[in-house]
Amino acid sequence: MKPLAGLAVVIVTAAAAAGCGGGTDHTITVYSGREEELVAPLFELFTDETGIEVEVRYGDSAELAATIAEEGENSPADVFWAQDPGSLGAVEDELDPLSDGILGMVPERFRDSDGRWIGTSGRSRVIVYNTEALSEDEVPDSVFELTDPAWKGRIGIAPTNASFQAFVTAMRLAEGDDATRQWLLDLQENDPKEYEKNTPVVEAAAAGEIDLGLVNHYYLYLVQEEQPAAPIANHFLEAGDPGALVSVAGVGVLESAGNASAAERFVEFLLSPEGQRFYVEEAEEAEYPLVEGIDGRPGLPPLDSLEGPSVDLTSFGAEHEATIELLRETGYLT
Amino acid sequence: MSPTPESLRGRNPRKRIPALRNSAGRAPLPLVVTAGLVVALLLLPLAYLVIRVAGSGRALEILGESSTWRLVWNTVLLAAGVVLASVLVAVPLAWLVTRTDLPARRLWATAGALPLVIPSYVAAFCLLGFFGERGLLAEALGVERLPEVRGYWGSLIALTLATYPYVFLLTQTALRSLDPSLDEAARGLGSSSRRAFWRVTAPALRPAVGLGALLVALYTFSDFGVVSLMDYDTLTRSIYVQYRSLFDRAPAATLALLLVALTAVVLVLEYRARQRGRLYRTGPGTQRPQPVVALGRWTGPALGFCTVVVGLFLVLPAGVLGYWLARGIVNEREFTMPWGETLNSLGASGLAGAVAVLAALPIAVLALRHPSPSSRLLERLSYAGNALPGLVIALSLVFFAARYASPVYQTLALLVFAYVVRFFPQALAGVESALERVSPRYEEAARSLGRGPLQTFARVTVPLVRSGVLAGAALVFLSAMKELPATLLLRPIGFETLATEIWKLTQVGAYSQAAVPALVLIVASAPILYLISSAHRFESGQAG
Repeated sequence: MKPLAGLAVVIVTAAAAAGCGGGTDHTITVYSGREEELVAPLFELFTDETGIEVEVRYGDSAELAATIAEEGENSPADVFWAQDPGSLGAVEDELDPLSDGILGMVPERFRDSDGRWIGTSGRSRVIVYNTEALSEDEVPDSVFELTDPAWKGRIGIAPTNASFQAFVTAMRLAEGDDATRQWLLDLQENDPKEYEKNTPVVEAAAAGEIDLGLVNHYYLYLVQEEQPAAPIANHFLEAGDPGALVSVAGVGVLESAGNASAAERFVEFLLSPEGQRFYVEEAEEAEYPLVEGIDGRPGLPPLDSLEGPSVDLTSFGAEHEATIELLRETGYLT
Repeated sequence: MSPTPESLRGRNPRKRIPALRNSAGRAPLPLVVTAGLVVALLLLPLAYLVIRVAGSGRALEILGESSTWRLVWNTVLLAAGVVLASVLVAVPLAWLVTRTDLPARRLWATAGALPLVIPSYVAAFCLLGFFGERGLLAEALGVERLPEVRGYWGSLIALTLATYPYVFLLTQTALRSLDPSLDEAARGLGSSSRRAFWRVTAPALRPAVGLGALLVALYTFSDFGVVSLMDYDTLTRSIYVQYRSLFDRAPAATLALLLVALTAVVLVLEYRARQRGRLYRTGPGTQRPQPVVALGRWTGPALGFCTVVVGLFLVLPAGVLGYWLARGIVNEREFTMPWGETLNSLGASGLAGAVAVLAALPIAVLALRHPSPSSRLLERLSYAGNALPGLVIALSLVFFAARYASPVYQTLALLVFAYVVRFFPQALAGVESALERVSPRYEEAARSLGRGPLQTFARVTVPLVRSGVLAGAALVFLSAMKELPATLLLRPIGFETLATEIWKLTQVGAYSQAAVPALVLIVASAPILYLISSAHRFESGQAG
């Protein structure tokens, strides 16, 4: 059984080597639901500036939240940086409240009311449309117009995606469950095409498979990187419409963090002028910076002018289950 | 190692010989203990699911919902379709490349198996990119719109692409090692060659085809990438949605246990099929090489069949990847060669293949050489987790490792372990399909000449099943190369594989850049497939 012994040695050695990573004062571990392609440069900037090394585990926000929940107290993560308030809300019991100094950096509507997580960048729900099929004034200003039979077969959505579900939560909170159920049923009559997530919706609009789709504003720029000539544009909806929801990607520090002060420094960095200007100057996807005094990318409507429904992002975690239930009941999910 | 006098003293080999094959009660204790331990480890995900379901009162409520049963029906319908399509594609192809004078047989054999290395989610992307209603085909034909290839049929095509190679590889192994004297005997007794095929060859293939079909069904049960891209609701898709709904984990666990129940049904079906085709070569002497069937005027249609299969399942996805790559070059995107990722993928998958066959050997020997209700149960239990989605297996290992084995948590060792748990039946299938065709008489002869059970195993059994061991290890290796969900959650931090690289890039829609690691994945895996067919040749050359 010599090969077996040899193999065991290999595995143990590899395990030991891999286990030697974190644990020092100058290393933090971040679970990032934000895509590596988009945010990796920010981690490098942070290390350059502070000397603190960052070990990043990239994954899907919800899957990482489930991982943190299964790990419990033994989680190796110090920081959880997620795509959506729902994922942060799912692990809120595992998060330590942030200091007032940090919380004060971002307007109240973009952070947890109990201070356990804080938004790091903003994104608006929009209608993306094919500019060959529609002119901008033909595009509805409210999602409620989309139930008109004229739009039958022309709409794309991503109902299994967290961002669409957050939009439905916003509608429930602003308009009530009954109105939302009715809207979902009416929309179903128009045979919306269903896609896995936002990017394929925008691609489908670019290809002309659909005339318009419900997405977050920044996917447009990602698709334009790949297809510079794609005939697509964003249309921002009227103030107060649930389809104009402004949500955030956000960050929290875990209770089990081995290195809480370095973890807080990381959060501070994300909200520093340098961390915020990243979205304006460098990032491909043009999200909104949230700290006041830093304007969004030229060409985007200013963040102040975007007014979604008046809802509390903090409650999105707790409301998520009821949203899923409603989406199941109306046939969007099984 | 030669036997020490101590080990021989007091043993009367004669006493044991007749007992070897049929008395499962006397299977050597170390074998039973090892096999039991392996199966216990493989059942960890199941234990996790039971813990999650037991902690909640919602399981019964979920089982009472009609939507749950619609998911079960959808899942069964898809698995049945994919199994049928895989068998219809794989068996004729395997026969053509092993038994006939088809031109360029080795080439077709390798190309026919290559789709195995295309991750099913990449296959789905490519099929959508090509057949999509405004895809490349519509563009090439100059038509406005094509009918959609999504939903059930889209999932069926993409999953057939990803899974028929299991049937293909196992059937090839079976065809190669089939004793030609059986076929000759049938014809000597007056059967036509067609009749001999249906009466002798086909039944003898049944275990291998059945085993392949089993792997196909289990893969289909567990797949998330294809059904989510193709928008077809199955149990696994719903499990992901439930996990992503973030709160109560009991609904997802309940659906996952339903998948395990479906697995049990499939295992029973497969077991029945297998019982009806057991064939050893019992005659003396060595096996002769297979006679070659001259295709004659059927050469054209045979080549046409191979072209369609390889064209649809390999050239088309590779072509779409190539198109994306070209589009990226035109758009001046930046490309990097994923060298480090390639090495990581090869290393982790290679370890997984080796560990999986080592773990599969004791179970295969126990089940086939010491058959009894309990050894059979043990063997069947080792399949239990295979139909579970990768996310469920990953989270179950997160649960156990973070709590009880934190030194190995998020290390390469745990990742390799996760691959073994996910793909164990593929290793077992390889080893068993080879062991099944080796007569126990060889082992009995070794025992009667005074070799101990362990030595017989190491010196006689293992060399005889070498091709099966290699095939099993290769199947696990190739599956691990493309594994994504468990890799994402369990890899050491910073450990990038080709699969995570593809994921990272497709996540932001950068298909042209994702085409690079996807093509590297195919190219890096091709030599392994070539090696499998070389191993066969080597072996039959030695034996014949």
